[in-house]
Amino acid sequence: MNKSQEITWEERISGGKGDRIKPARFALPQRIDLYHISGIRPLLESRWPQFLLRALTLAGFIFTIFAGLFGSRVGSHNFSIIFVWIAWWTALKLVFIPLGGRSWCSVCPIPLPGEWLQQGGILDKGTRRFGLNLRWPKRLKGSWLQSGGFLLIGLFSALTLTDTRLTAWILLGLFGLAFVLSVVFERRAFCSYICPIGGFSGIYAKTAPVEVRVIDTAICTTHSEKTCYQNCSWGLYPVALRDSAQCGLCMECLRSCPQDNIAFNLRPFGSDLGQVHLSRHLDEAFLALVMLGSALVFSAVFIGPWGGLKSAAFAIGSTPWLLYGLAFLTLNLVVIPSFFALAVWSGERWSASKIQLRQAIASQSQVLLPLGLFAWIAFTISFALPKMNYVLSVISDPLGWGWNLLGTANTTWSPDVSAFSSILQVSLLMVGLFWSASIARRLAIRNSSPDYRQALPTLAFCLVFSVVMLWLLVG
Amino acid sequence: MRKEWLARIVVIVLVALALAIPLTAWWVRSQESVIHGRMAETGGWTPENLTVEVGQPLHLRLTSDDVTHGFAVGQSDQPPVDVIPGEMTDVTLTFDKPGKYTFYCTRWCSVNHWRMRGTIEVTGPDTVVEPVKPPLYVTLGLDIDADHHAEVVPERKPSATLGAQLGVDIPIEYQSQDYYRSHSPVELWQDLREESHLSGLSDQEIWDLMALVWQSNTTSQALKKGQQLYKTNCAACHGETGAGDGVFADQLDQPQTGEHTGMQAGEMTTRPIDFTDPGHMLSASPAHLQGKILRGGMGTGMPYWGPIFTDEQTWALVAYLWTFQFKLEN
Repeated sequence: MNKSQEITWEERISGGKGDRIKPARFALPQRIDLYHISGIRPLLESRWPQFLLRALTLAGFIFTIFAGLFGSRVGSHNFSIIFVWIAWWTALKLVFIPLGGRSWCSVCPIPLPGEWLQQGGILDKGTRRFGLNLRWPKRLKGSWLQSGGFLLIGLFSALTLTDTRLTAWILLGLFGLAFVLSVVFERRAFCSYICPIGGFSGIYAKTAPVEVRVIDTAICTTHSEKTCYQNCSWGLYPVALRDSAQCGLCMECLRSCPQDNIAFNLRPFGSDLGQVHLSRHLDEAFLALVMLGSALVFSAVFIGPWGGLKSAAFAIGSTPWLLYGLAFLTLNLVVIPSFFALAVWSGERWSASKIQLRQAIASQSQVLLPLGLFAWIAFTISFALPKMNYVLSVISDPLGWGWNLLGTANTTWSPDVSAFSSILQVSLLMVGLFWSASIARRLAIRNSSPDYRQALPTLAFCLVFSVVMLWLLVG
Repeated sequence: MRKEWLARIVVIVLVALALAIPLTAWWVRSQESVIHGRMAETGGWTPENLTVEVGQPLHLRLTSDDVTHGFAVGQSDQPPVDVIPGEMTDVTLTFDKPGKYTFYCTRWCSVNHWRMRGTIEVTGPDTVVEPVKPPLYVTLGLDIDADHHAEVVPERKPSATLGAQLGVDIPIEYQSQDYYRSHSPVELWQDLREESHLSGLSDQEIWDLMALVWQSNTTSQALKKGQQLYKTNCAACHGETGAGDGVFADQLDQPQTGEHTGMQAGEMTTRPIDFTDPGHMLSASPAHLQGKILRGGMGTGMPYWGPIFTDEQTWALVAYLWTFQFKLEN
């Protein structure tokens, strides 16, 4: 019997006895270190479970591209449209991000060929990194490009979400871009700075109940090799992690730490939120605002009753589409950011805060995250769940060629959410709004000069957004 | 290192499977005759030309790549079938006569819906090219593109029933099928007006007699058949009531924009004819209408139906068109 089997479960989750699990490691409150639970640890410590998932998603990804290129052009009968825009997109918003943060990033197939080439192996890492390994340009750091990518998705969404060939070419393009960037730049440059889904997952990962964190920072300061940093595909140094936005949960730091000083924690939802930002970088604030604006536009285009708007969004290159694009960009680049900046400025003036406006905007943008996440979930309830029968259908006939492999090709059953979707959506948005309010309160308390007046205009902004979103979804 | 190679093999096998399964299926599928339907603007039927031998069954798998289409073969008894997006519809055709058959879309899929046509060439050892019989409007030397307008029109819709109730004799030469097909209603009205024994009748009563003659040249069955054909093939442009206000009418009437593609609404198209307009209809003979149906309207967007309708169907349709002007049913 080894030592890990001698300690009790309570000792394990609280960092009980043993030479590798020490009480001092339970540094953060309200955390359960999953990595130090014996039943879970082997799944994370071994690269094989994660690798097998990655290999499966890679094969599925290649199949998806093939289906998009050569299968039926009818989106509802093509694996690429249904699995990318209905099944995966729904799973991402309803499961992966809310429960696992950037958990999808840990098995995402897009960067894998580049990463494996870069590190000279799939499981074993070669002694020499392949490629130029250049540092990512400082000017391009942050999530600006990811915001731009998400805006591009919004501009072309109506066509992208229905056109099988276009979906396949986009996936192929992302695949190629990630590969090229892996050859030119070090580590996961594509995932960190380009991938719009990475940006989406990243900011909402702050709300998620999982995190990778150093247990005892004192141990790290005395460790000169920094094996965690050396092995991190994302180029992160775990000691410096303040939130989970950038961590792709690759788990390499846990595997490589010689002191077993890194935890994979289960934590309360939204633990990263409510900290007063010292940074004046506005990239994450902008990304959060783009997410709100995109949720509004997606709801209007895909759920709203306006056929003209739907047609305009679909007719790429036409005058109506140009007007749609202009309105979409104006909303996201001007209207929403201006109103939010005005709200934060008003709060600062009202409370006589001495924080600089940029810093205040960066801090207050955290308030937008719970609401944004729940707005996307509420949108998904209406948009994707009624189409779930297509998932069963394309499993049996993935290319729309009239197959019925599993006998589910003619499935018509879908979750009937019509009876309670309105109540569900209102409830979800209310949960998001109240959660955002609690973050605003937390920020107000933690400010150098606690004052609730600072939070009120931001909350008013959230309230207006919620009302508009509700009108679009159930109005 | 052994684990690394194992991992590489796993990746290679899974990726190979991801490619091999659909590629194999693709190859198997390429052996089948799958016909893809798309709106005419984006390609129509693919393939659009098929060949088969007389008596040999032609198995077709039909699918749509965009919206719901219909599939039917012109001048045959094959009932139309729907072609659903992303689904396969199996059809087996057998032809007992050689010739060139036209298959076409039976659903109003777009303003260019009628352009969704393809051909099936049926060949056989004893293929005999039957001499083409010219349509009646050619035999009569009618210029079906010439402007025409009736100088006299009835005050109300002429009624065959009222015409019959008059109890007068209509000269036999006006009741023949040849006369009916080659004369317009106005011409018959004028001929009847000049008959001395009908001089006591009012102009409207002469119109009722004229309707009676038109009724005597058709049957209830033909009118029903014509109505069905009209609803399926004509109402999209000419409208359910024949007023030229079908769902595509406005698109056909819009000013031409952009470059010539042959597919744009408004390009070489005009507003569909209003069958309820007596000035236009009463000056056209059945042969004139039949010619328009068979040949189409040059530069108007009116399709040609010659390869689609049988002779009987065409005359049934012509007979139905008169119901927009006359009360022919009892």
